Amino acid sequence: MMISGAEIVIRCLQEEKVEYVFGYPGGSVLHIYDAFFKQEQVQHILVRHEQAAVHAADAYSRSSKKVGVALVTSGPGVTNTVTGIATAYMDSVPMVVITGQVPTAYIGQDAFQECDTVGITRPCVKHNFLVKDVKDLAITLKKAFHIAATGRPGPVVVDIPKDITAQMCEFEYPKTIQMRSYNPVVKGHLGQIRKAVQLLQDAKRPILYTGGGIILSNAAEKLTQLAHRLGFPVTNTLMGLGGFPATDRQFVGMLGMHGTYEANMAMQYADVIIAIGARFDDRVIGNPEHFGEQPRKIVHIDVDPSSISKRVRVDVPIVGNIPEVLDEMLRLTEADFKVQPAVAEWWKQIEEWRGRQCLNYRQGERIMPQFVVEKLYEVTGGNAFVTSDVGQHQMFAAQYYKFDQPRRWINSGGLGTMGVGLPYAMGVLFANPGAQVACVTGEGSIQMCIQELSTARQFNLPIKIINLNNGYLGMVRQWQEMFYNNRYSESYVTSLPDFVKLAEAYGHVGIRIEKPEDVVPALEKAFTEHKDDLVFMDFIIDPTANVFPMVAAGKGLTEMILAEDL
Amino acid sequence: MRHIVSILLENEAGALSRVAGLFSARGYNIESLTVAPTEDASLSRMTIVTRGSDEVLEQITKQLNKLVDVVKVVDLSESAHVERELMLIKVRASGKDRDEMKRMADIFRGRIVDVTESIYVIELTGSSSKLDSFIAALDSSLIVETVRTGVSGIGRGDRILKV
Ligand SMILES: Cc1ncc(C[n+]2csc(CCOP(=O)(O)OP(=O)(O)O)c2C)c(N)n1
Repeated sequence: MMISGAEIVIRCLQEEKVEYVFGYPGGSVLHIYDAFFKQEQVQHILVRHEQAAVHAADAYSRSSKKVGVALVTSGPGVTNTVTGIATAYMDSVPMVVITGQVPTAYIGQDAFQECDTVGITRPCVKHNFLVKDVKDLAITLKKAFHIAATGRPGPVVVDIPKDITAQMCEFEYPKTIQMRSYNPVVKGHLGQIRKAVQLLQDAKRPILYTGGGIILSNAAEKLTQLAHRLGFPVTNTLMGLGGFPATDRQFVGMLGMHGTYEANMAMQYADVIIAIGARFDDRVIGNPEHFGEQPRKIVHIDVDPSSISKRVRVDVPIVGNIPEVLDEMLRLTEADFKVQPAVAEWWKQIEEWRGRQCLNYRQGERIMPQFVVEKLYEVTGGNAFVTSDVGQHQMFAAQYYKFDQPRRWINSGGLGTMGVGLPYAMGVLFANPGAQVACVTGEGSIQMCIQELSTARQFNLPIKIINLNNGYLGMVRQWQEMFYNNRYSESYVTSLPDFVKLAEAYGHVGIRIEKPEDVVPALEKAFTEHKDDLVFMDFIIDPTANVFPMVAAGKGLTEMILAEDL
Repeated sequence: MRHIVSILLENEAGALSRVAGLFSARGYNIESLTVAPTEDASLSRMTIVTRGSDEVLEQITKQLNKLVDVVKVVDLSESAHVERELMLIKVRASGKDRDEMKRMADIFRGRIVDVTESIYVIELTGSSSKLDSFIAALDSSLIVETVRTGVSGIGRGDRILKV
């Protein structure tokens, strides 16, 4: 039977078991929207801005093991998605973005709402396609889902001209796909894995340094098993939080620019680093020359060979799918495996560092942001999905909410995109209906996608917004205080809206909290009495609160500024 | 260090811009780039001449391999290979210069492929440095125009880049 290109798009989505498509209609995708109207299997979620559609699809993916899907129209619809696509790309999130394009015959003529979608998105996608023949449509979508989800995952854009969606064609969805130019490595090299295991055995001051790759490859359980067998300290990157239980004794906290004292010290002075699904980026190791001063051996396990030896020279590179490599390591460490007695000494040293209690803070007259996150952790029993925006509040959430499970901490680590928090919370709720979802944000960030309060109303999404309102673009203010001699250039946000009224205007519940003693009652009320409502909690916090420890840009990892130093 | 990178890639619209975009986005330099379909029309073969340390070249190779359209990548300069570049050079050839130009072309095994009263177009093939030497050997005031293809390269013997 011949069906239209638009129907083919829907059929492909059905074949891929897509539940939700986040999108926004427009001229070039009207045929596709018409096809949506005639079926019920795939639900369309109408957002209020295309950027939010992509963020929501991205979080849908991050908080589940599925591929998120977004659909937008040509021209401005596409340009509005670029931030979302780049955000997903930097954090390797599998996603398919379907974009409308002007009819084939108009391409290149500066037609109404035409833009070079493939050109604009090329640097921030894993791959993209322009479909030029309706006969290629199904196979192209199949390839898109395949490429997005395999190897090092990432977003894939499929640009479909309007005439293609009207043309008729037989539909057949390929079951499998072979691409001669795309064959990601799966199994790690056994010889290399043996070398790595030897290093584990020889290590006197080892550390497991693990990143987002653990989460993306669903390797958290295997990592935990291996870490427990070895008894080594574990540190996570910002993207890796939840990959190893934060409440475990072996967890030394997040490392990097705002990492814990013990994590950064242990990373610098380790004699063997086992890096898994992490990439030694500038926010993690600080100044690479300073980092390189210490003699050590590095094992690096990653599915993407280009992540290995990119910023730091590695001794034992292992390219492969993390769970399979970990399986092999678990097998090789099953019998006759002993770690060095010196590791006990190393733990003593780490406990001494831990004794500095670098995350201590004083809760005084005004509400401290750290206190709010700690209480959020307690009230939600540590079981919430926490999305965040970008700034101080993001770091406080990462430092003080202890994630014991993967895919619970949803934030923009690589691109650092303000505005993701609310649409991320939406995506999480679609993937995990009924879950507790908190969006930890700031009064700057939340306003970057505030229009989504309307989407949340339409779909009854009971998000709990934790607005850590310090009246400043706090992270900017912190840098200006520390490195620009208190010249607060453009970091003060005047003319803030009344967030309580704003929430109410959108049909939600708003609460303003100004005193420390009101923090817990407000959170409890939000998560019990208002369990099914979106609650916007506007916490008026101490505007002088800063994030510590801090490794200033360009400084060495151990050259931390601690709260106690000030 | 100068490297000659050979790339076999899908002959798809946009494949060239993916490779070129990768080089500019990551700050790798391109001295020359040539591309054309192979005997199998679904594949293109590209030769890029670049400069960089071994580390940079390792990254270039890895990043190229990551592109979905790229099938295979080799650094030809790692071992024995043949490299050739073609140049067409238009020179003034009148009066006493006319004979001299002919002689120079012969010495460099060039061929004169177009002749007018005052102009020769000389075709010259060889390594890039040979083409450079030819230009250096001429009186620069006599050179009217040059066009070069950039380097194409192939491994010697049984070093083969094929799917
Ligand atoms: C889209 C975007 N623009 C600018 C920045 C730079 N930036 C990083 S943090 C920050 C301040 C964020 O302020 P707010 O959301 O109020 O959070 P706070 O730091 O106060 O917790 C800014 C402007 C960014 N990360 N993203």
